[in-house]
Amino acid sequence: MTDRTASETLPVGGSGTVSTAWWGMACLIATEAILFVYLIFSYVYLGSQQTGPWPPSGPPSLKLVIPNTVILVASSFVVAWGQSQFRQTGNSLRFALALAGTIILGSAFIIIQAFEWAGKGIVLSTSAYSSAFFILTGVHMAHVAVGLLILTMLLVWTLMGRFRGVHHEHIALGALYWHFVDVVWIVVFITAYVVPQFS
Amino acid sequence: MTTVQPNMEVTSTRQKLLDIWETAPGLYGWLATVDHKTIGIRYLCTAFFFLVIGGIEALAMRVQLAQPDLKILSPDAYNQLFSMHGTTMMFLYALPMLSGFSNYLWPLMLGSRDMAFPRLNALSYWVFLFAGIFLYISFPLGQAPNGGWFAYVPNTSLEYDPGINMDVFALGLVFLGISTVVGSANFIVTLLRCRAPGMSVNRLPILVWGTLTASAANLLAVPAVSLACAMLWLDRRYGTHFFDVKGGGQPLLWQHLFWIFGHPWVYALVLPAMGIVSDALPVFCRRPLVGYTLVAISTVATMILGFGVWVHHMFATGLPVMSLSFFSAASFIIAIPSAIAVFAWIATIWTGKLQFTTPFLFFTGFIMLFVIGGVSGFMTASVALDWQLTDTYFIVAHLHYVLLGINVFPVVGGLHFWFPKMSGRMMDERLGKWTFWTMFIGFNAAFFPMHVTGLMGMPRRIYTYPADMGVGWLNMLSTLGAFVFAVGVFLFLINVAKSLKSGAPAGDNPWDAPTLEWATTSPPPVYNFATIPQVASRYPLWEDRLKETEERSIIGDAVRDGMVLDKGKETIGVTPLDAEPNVVLKMPGDSILPFLLSVGMTGLFFGLLAQVIWLVALGAVCEFGVLALWLTPEPHAALEEVEIHD
Repeated sequence: MTDRTASETLPVGGSGTVSTAWWGMACLIATEAILFVYLIFSYVYLGSQQTGPWPPSGPPSLKLVIPNTVILVASSFVVAWGQSQFRQTGNSLRFALALAGTIILGSAFIIIQAFEWAGKGIVLSTSAYSSAFFILTGVHMAHVAVGLLILTMLLVWTLMGRFRGVHHEHIALGALYWHFVDVVWIVVFITAYVVPQFS
Repeated sequence: MTTVQPNMEVTSTRQKLLDIWETAPGLYGWLATVDHKTIGIRYLCTAFFFLVIGGIEALAMRVQLAQPDLKILSPDAYNQLFSMHGTTMMFLYALPMLSGFSNYLWPLMLGSRDMAFPRLNALSYWVFLFAGIFLYISFPLGQAPNGGWFAYVPNTSLEYDPGINMDVFALGLVFLGISTVVGSANFIVTLLRCRAPGMSVNRLPILVWGTLTASAANLLAVPAVSLACAMLWLDRRYGTHFFDVKGGGQPLLWQHLFWIFGHPWVYALVLPAMGIVSDALPVFCRRPLVGYTLVAISTVATMILGFGVWVHHMFATGLPVMSLSFFSAASFIIAIPSAIAVFAWIATIWTGKLQFTTPFLFFTGFIMLFVIGGVSGFMTASVALDWQLTDTYFIVAHLHYVLLGINVFPVVGGLHFWFPKMSGRMMDERLGKWTFWTMFIGFNAAFFPMHVTGLMGMPRRIYTYPADMGVGWLNMLSTLGAFVFAVGVFLFLINVAKSLKSGAPAGDNPWDAPTLEWATTSPPPVYNFATIPQVASRYPLWEDRLKETEERSIIGDAVRDGMVLDKGKETIGVTPLDAEPNVVLKMPGDSILPFLLSVGMTGLFFGLLAQVIWLVALGAVCEFGVLALWLTPEPHAALEEVEIHD
């Protein structure tokens, strides 16, 4: 038909803020972030209402948790490096290596944190402090675990060659989620480990 | 030639779009559909079903309360009934009902072909349905949640409330919260990205403003109650001490978390309903809404203030006076944006040419009930008065004026209003007016006396009362009113059944309304619009009458103007503020994954409830597998040429 006169070329799906998936991830991060606000609120509220010291057994040890924080923050840089390599040079092998490295660092974080928990001498049901501490760090740990599953799927899809062409938004959003988990850790770390050192 | 050829192309384009968009037939299609209109109607029907269930529970309580010292219900049964009544109405009726409207109407009003994430839309429905069933699962065992919809500790701790009652409540709300958050995210992204070109933010229908505001609030508020419920469950089953004083916990932490969620939530239950009125009432006044911008701003302002008033539910808990003063002031201030909306409606009616249809009656009735509920709310914002009135029937009267007045009346009015669009048939006007007057008189007879009952000192949540309180006749009046109201709801259902079968054909735009959903057929085709409309004003179908601008919206059928997008299941994505098209969005086809994901989730929550570890693990593995399939990247082209018919 000759009626079709005009046309416009638009991206399909789009990337970054042009894609709807980016906005979906932004909503997910918003709701997860506010969950941590409520967790920290609960922790601080319970602490503020105590008559005795908070934490009851003195400030938590930093021996394991400082190196562990370094590990988790480093993992964010590793995945960001792999991502930029993939974007700039299309090198999916380097990206796969970076993902594998991030997964190893993330797993190391979980294992070290498990040791840290085990060495504390308190369990979930010991006191209001232990309940608040373990739910705060535990919910974060669950987010690390979900992040690891996401990274694993990205690794599988990379090795399957699913990302040839235009599918960078999966990678970008997976990495964004991982960065979010790391940033939350820094806040959790300051709340549950650093602040008690000064109280 | 020029007339024949386009028609042929119209038909072939429509057929092509139908082939692309149509849901598969049979059971698979029923479980796998992602069409927002189907999902919207499912939401409406399911929520209405829960309204009826919650209503029957209320009637049972009203029978028990009809006279002093009756023993029809045991105290325990009464506890379960008022808890399930509140939980059902707040969580399973009020918000899902509004989600149903928005699901059905948004893409039509915004000139899009579907929501931003159609599969998430299906997921949020299935999770809502299964969480609703989950919350009722222990009802037949006489073990239903029995601590009120607010579930205050320590009353709901294991020590005072053994049995699975409150575990069902706690896990059920976490479960349902997933549906709410997923749905809210979908609304937000749909609004930002899936509009017709030209549908800029100052042209959005107020319903869209209402649901957007409610969704943003839900996204930020629901995690508070999910966390509180998780803590309650851990306290009960794993010996934590969040709310347990003996272990250093704080019962008030529950109230803070619950009401940080709860107060924004009650606004989420009313703002979209107020939006229904703001959009539909002007149609029967034959003029645009007075003060569109002010109403839109006050919608958002109400919600922002709504996050700062939660402590007014806790005036009687012994908090410091300083804090009470702050929250009391905030609660007074929130009357301002509500009053702006009320005056806008009154001005619209005042200056309009009125048509006394059934929806019009419901909307004006709503305004009256809103004012009464608003005034009693304003009264209880005062700390001194609240101390006298809290936990009495005055509060019951207030909250029912607010929730039935601002939710149920607009909803039933809205159902009358959009029924023709959904079904292609008109509802019976005569029966509709009978419905309104029965509901309106029944409602006021039931709830207005409760103000007095409360002032006379009758406490809430108590299964009976002694004769010498002198409130027997008032309670009898409330009970009679409740039954009259129920008759009204029944009349509505009869009208729906009758009109579905033999209502007069509606045509595209039976009310001569101005917004986009009335530009397509009734019921709309599965792809909504054969070409994506181009919007030039707030009231696209009234432009020739209003003559506000030179420009005209282009809402043509296939071939005439606008983008076709028939190279697959596609719609257009736009920039968030100005609605300039900037991307072609590939939409998913039928998918069983949302259903499977919610089945896995159901298994997981039943596993948690029964503390069966393998069921939890099975559910989690199922979730992971389904999500991996769901998110698998699919190959597609990087760019597409979009044809615009001239």
